[in-house]
Amino acid sequence: MMGPTAFGIYFTVLLLGCLLCLYRLARGPTAPDRTVAVDILGTVIVNFCAMMALSTGKDYYLVIAIAWALLSFIGSIALAKHLEGRSFDE
Amino acid sequence: MSSALIVLGYIFFSLGILVNIFGCVGLVRMPDVYNRLQAATKCVTLGTCSVLLGTALVAQTGSIVWKAIICALFILLTSPTGAHAIAKGSYLSGIPLWGKVTDAYGPALEARGILRGTLSSRVGTCPAPDETEGEEAEPCEPRS
Repeated sequence: MMGPTAFGIYFTVLLLGCLLCLYRLARGPTAPDRTVAVDILGTVIVNFCAMMALSTGKDYYLVIAIAWALLSFIGSIALAKHLEGRSFDE
Repeated sequence: MSSALIVLGYIFFSLGILVNIFGCVGLVRMPDVYNRLQAATKCVTLGTCSVLLGTALVAQTGSIVWKAIICALFILLTSPTGAHAIAKGSYLSGIPLWGKVTDAYGPALEARGILRGTLSSRVGTCPAPDETEGEEAEPCEPRS
């Protein structure tokens, strides 16, 4: 229905968001800033997967999105426990 | 009916991507790790849910609909949980709060004997964000 121009605009805007997250990841003064940037970057990539599923009509991109959200959540929890100063099995 | 749902789906999709980019700008512009966390997490979580809802509305049939709804529910459950854990971890690792705010979490932790050391009254000791933007700036010290 919508041409490739609209998906080009969506792709550019999401890429700009990823670059802002990478800026905070590289520049962030403390370790929790970098943890937040990794968490947000994992959620923005789910948007890329949804956009690819919509533009190509294939459903396995959403399977990638579900798996990516799960792994990003586990990574955030592990990094948060590491920031707290505890080990992962505590 | 069908084309109206498709237009509604693209409206949700565009709105979600716009809210996402606002969240990423908040991640860069906010002065403190807690401000960055709440701005980015709220915007990006609900923006991603809106994008997935738009995907389900545009596709309308097939397995894309159920997979998008499952992914939206999953993100709606897990993203605030991860943000809560990161906020607790960054507080317990000694990051001070920015600005003149009331801190009720530190005295409660001290009363329960969880917080070790002298991390109390850490409010308002962080300098302005323009001064902390240097290369690899140290986290500001808690006020003893």
